[in-house]
Amino acid sequence: MEKKIAVIDYGMGNLKNVKNAFNFLGYSAKITGDFEDIKNATYLVLPGVGGFKDAMATLKRKGLVNPIKDAITEGKKFLGICLGMQLLFETSEEFGYSEGLGIFKGKVVKFDENIVNLIPHIGWNDIEILKPSEEFKGIENKSFFYFLHSYYCVPEEDIAAAACDYYGKFTACVKKDNIFACQFHPEKSHKEGLALLKNFIES
Amino acid sequence: MLAKRIIPCLDIKNNEVVKGINFEDLKSAGDPVALAKKYDDELADELMFLDITASSEKRKTILKLVEKISENIFIPFSVGGGVSEIEDIHNLLNSGADKVSINTAAVINPEIIDEAAKKFGSSTIVIAIDAKKVGDEYLVFTYGGKKNSGINAIQWAKEVYNRGAGEILLTSMDKDGTKSGYEINLTSMVVRSVKIPVIASGGARDAKDIEEVFVKADAGAALAASIFHYENSGIISIKKYLKSKGINVRL
Repeated sequence: MEKKIAVIDYGMGNLKNVKNAFNFLGYSAKITGDFEDIKNATYLVLPGVGGFKDAMATLKRKGLVNPIKDAITEGKKFLGICLGMQLLFETSEEFGYSEGLGIFKGKVVKFDENIVNLIPHIGWNDIEILKPSEEFKGIENKSFFYFLHSYYCVPEEDIAAAACDYYGKFTACVKKDNIFACQFHPEKSHKEGLALLKNFIES
Repeated sequence: MLAKRIIPCLDIKNNEVVKGINFEDLKSAGDPVALAKKYDDELADELMFLDITASSEKRKTILKLVEKISENIFIPFSVGGGVSEIEDIHNLLNSGADKVSINTAAVINPEIIDEAAKKFGSSTIVIAIDAKKVGDEYLVFTYGGKKNSGINAIQWAKEVYNRGAGEILLTSMDKDGTKSGYEINLTSMVVRSVKIPVIASGGARDAKDIEEVFVKADAGAALAASIFHYENSGIISIKKYLKSKGINVRL
């Protein structure tokens, strides 16, 4: 089957680098906000950098909420990156309270300024693989990935696939059925990041 | 645990790397994309490109270069040099840069920091500070170190942090080019004044200097230019040394 990768365009952050990484791996990927493209894609990627509330407002305005939910329900392979992972949860405490896509039970919270010295969490941090899955094939436990975020996900169901330690442990990856999502940026995480993207497509 | 970062800096002029181009195994030693790939292979944690081209054509050429780099390098990279307007930042990020570094323009018009951080997110905005010791205080210099702004560097660091900068690239002009180690005192003072990562720059000669700036000043990253070009101080061997000293690095 032809691999059609749709990188969902909703105007949040640099999507081109995600496309560049897929292209470098030899896949064709399209940055798109078009319903038909999303429907026809075999793989959906939801990236994003920026504010949770703005992101949800934009997804709603562009009419993308239902197409994304439908694709996930249908069982289409889905990858959430950074903000794209956070949006899968029910709520975020950013600016008080914001509602997300609600695919996963749980919330998105900010690093506690009283405990965490430097916010955002910027840089390379190692992850602990909690549940080995196809996405981690060939990737050693404790490999480093590039993180860039001030908020993190707190799942209320058993979906954590990897954890990261930054002034305490937080969920770095989640996996459930057809959905994989990571807080770090695989498109900026050198060989391990590219391996993860490749595994996502090939698994 | 968060790793300390090693960041090679490449000075670009007319789309060529102009400083420290001693790689013998590269066909075109000055080709920024080839050099970036080599650093990427050697486990550089990030790359910094400083555009020192001084022509009106510069913006177009640097944007094309940024685009080409982003298609080939899958680690974060920053671009700086002559960034003066919000539109410059927008264009660089749109071409594939992950971060943009601002220096003189921020001193002239500090509000550009607030505006840029709000528009593009703090994490994309690096403020570069060139500091020099004058009497018993550190002062900020602008226009590539030519003009004394009279502003206290520690105060300025606090201000850029409060205005929403995501990182500070701190260069000691007293140490730059001397190969006598980083300015530990200055770096340490800035690190203690802000709650964002500080990238130390200026004066690195070897792995021990990098160890010192991590251990004594707690810098989040160490930036250097020419030292990484020599075989005995390649990035991997520097990282191995740092790891042997108990410093967390990505290897």
